[in-house]
Amino acid sequence: MAGSGKAHLRPNDESLLRVEDLTVEFPVKGGVVHAVSGISFDVCRGETLGLVGESGCGKSTTGRAILQLPRPTGGDVYLDGANLTDLDDESIRKRRTDLQMIFQDPISSLNPRRRIGEVVAEPMKVWGPFDADEQWQTAKKMLEAVGIDPGIARYKRPHEFSGGQCQRISIARALVTEPELIICDEPVSALDVSVQAQILNMLEDLKARYGLTLIFIAHDLAVVKNISDRVAVMYLGKMCEIGDSDEIYNNVAHPYTSILLGSIPLPDPTVEIDEEVELGGELPSPINPPSGCRFRTRCTSATEICGRVEPLMRRITDTHYVACHHPLIEVDEVAVAPPTPTHRVSEKTGSATTPTHQQPGENQ
Amino acid sequence: MTQAGSSTSQSTSSTTNEPLLVVKDLKTHFQLDAGLVRAVDGVSFELERGKALGVVGESGSGKTVLCRSIMRLTTGDNVINTGSVLYDGQELLTKSNKEMRNFWGHEISMVFQDPMTSLNPVLKIGRQITEHLRHHLNISRHEARETAISLLRSVKIPEPEKRIDNYPHEMSGGMRQRACIAIALACGPRLLFADEPTTALDVTVQHQILNLLAQQERERFMTTIMVTHDLGVVAGRTDEIAVMYAGKVVEKAPTTALFANVKHPYTEALLNSIPKVEQPKHTRLKAIAGRPPDLINPPEGCSFSPRCPYVQDRCRSEEPTLRPGVVAGHTFACWFPVGTPEGKAAFERNLEAGVAVTLATVGRVQATEDLQGSETLAELAGTQPVTDSGKAHN
Repeated sequence: MAGSGKAHLRPNDESLLRVEDLTVEFPVKGGVVHAVSGISFDVCRGETLGLVGESGCGKSTTGRAILQLPRPTGGDVYLDGANLTDLDDESIRKRRTDLQMIFQDPISSLNPRRRIGEVVAEPMKVWGPFDADEQWQTAKKMLEAVGIDPGIARYKRPHEFSGGQCQRISIARALVTEPELIICDEPVSALDVSVQAQILNMLEDLKARYGLTLIFIAHDLAVVKNISDRVAVMYLGKMCEIGDSDEIYNNVAHPYTSILLGSIPLPDPTVEIDEEVELGGELPSPINPPSGCRFRTRCTSATEICGRVEPLMRRITDTHYVACHHPLIEVDEVAVAPPTPTHRVSEKTGSATTPTHQQPGENQ
Repeated sequence: MTQAGSSTSQSTSSTTNEPLLVVKDLKTHFQLDAGLVRAVDGVSFELERGKALGVVGESGSGKTVLCRSIMRLTTGDNVINTGSVLYDGQELLTKSNKEMRNFWGHEISMVFQDPMTSLNPVLKIGRQITEHLRHHLNISRHEARETAISLLRSVKIPEPEKRIDNYPHEMSGGMRQRACIAIALACGPRLLFADEPTTALDVTVQHQILNLLAQQERERFMTTIMVTHDLGVVAGRTDEIAVMYAGKVVEKAPTTALFANVKHPYTEALLNSIPKVEQPKHTRLKAIAGRPPDLINPPEGCSFSPRCPYVQDRCRSEEPTLRPGVVAGHTFACWFPVGTPEGKAAFERNLEAGVAVTLATVGRVQATEDLQGSETLAELAGTQPVTDSGKAHN
């Protein structure tokens, strides 16, 4: 899954956020964790991009790297034309009002000792307005927008609210600085289906009302597809497939996406459950990822070329791209990378390009 | 695996046709300073041998407490347990903890929700499996280890000979849940509770674990109770489904009958709130307004009435009892069931009267909890693609 290549990027002037060759590595004892290895994507203003993949595929790391938390090892992050990776710490700090994050666990992401009024007003204590009344007026407006009664909530503490309500409060807190881009890191994974639906609907409403641009990270393709305009599928630090949500569902191109789709439990007992469509093996170690296509160790259609050459993004339609040597549907442009190391990561460690034919589970 | 497993199932596959588990009017109440919490409030059901029951409901509907009460794991000075739980003809509620130890693990076992916290972090996986093998089956250390390895193999953990000496932190979430399943299956239980076994896991791993549980059920002829908040998880994998709300079973039916013919508005609402992958993007989800009731002061009448789009005056004063549906085994507790003339009339009356206060607006259910600032939301809602808008009427 190599997913290197930028064929899928749109013209520069259309995008609010443009990420190019983003690489994040963490040194550990015995090697380097290749958390994100050269992914590129862009998000237009007012658009929702869904990032989907299993635990450990680097989707959260990507979200954090956009915020420069921590700074990525390589690559560029352009927000509104400015390259965040070039900015010094103080300038980054100032740009952070434009970028906000909503976290997975709503209860632990709110300070248990603070009152809700303080929690929501906190970003304004740093960025202004500095007048307490004005701060509360804004906080009040946002709490109302997320469906929390500000009068009741103001002096309560997080433990007095349910998980769904806490998630609404963290969304209100993310909104008070009027950010341009909100990164939602699994915001509904910890919630019941009924509450999940409330939060998803609310995010759609807020997006329409405030013209938000969202990056929505989740492992459930059904959820991601519902809320996103475009979906990017990630696997082990690489991008497999990116495209319009409906198009990806109607014309699955990547074997991994197809397995993700097949794993969604359907609320319909008449549909026979296919126990064969199961992802075999374990996720390979990101310290020593498989050569060539990173998905090949678990892919049923993998051949010799997959171990040797990293697939590049290829065009299916103008709004749908896939990085696979054996896509499930016709791809009209052939773009195979030369069988030489194509990105920094492989040069450094040599591991990603060594044509060893690893078996699933071998690189534990 | 394991002589252990097969021997128990042989000794027990007695030819009796009576259900393995009979629960009658089971109540579990917790006495708190704030009042009496009616976590489980009069649940009755029977479960036949080898069948799988799904228990579905939101957080706080009492599904976990129900399982723990059946297993007698809800103990404490402030717990009031009444009713009857007959397991294979034996009353469990009157047993002492010491007597229950012969059932736990050996006869009845449980897979917990969070594989990260339900394993002991300072013990190797092998030790955690052999611990109760040795206790219940009285076998040697060596035999126990061999059995544990074959158990790990049966739950498809690669290289079980090595993995048995791993600590939990050395395994991924999916692997840990497999280890938990191995522990639960070790002594060949006849009744297995799976309490949200996949909620903490990825979709792909969830699929694997559910397949594994299904295989083990078939191979061991186990009776299982699967608890979840997602109707999708139990749809293709259970024989019967019980939907719980506020400590009570509000609808129970054979799985296919339930999905084909939903009667209770709560079941319908749960089904509708699942995002379906085949729907176009930005399809408005039909969320359930509000949240589960306070179990200390449940609303009068039907406990779902404050959130129900079919609600009528009768629902607010009179509590419905379970009554039979058309299909054998289908029961539901509702005055105005979905898909009946009364239900349709009630829904349309609500629509006209604008019971929209919190609920039905233009054929769908509003999302926000107390609808503060809802004018704008309602306006916006008009611009959202609303599909299936007529579905609630059927």
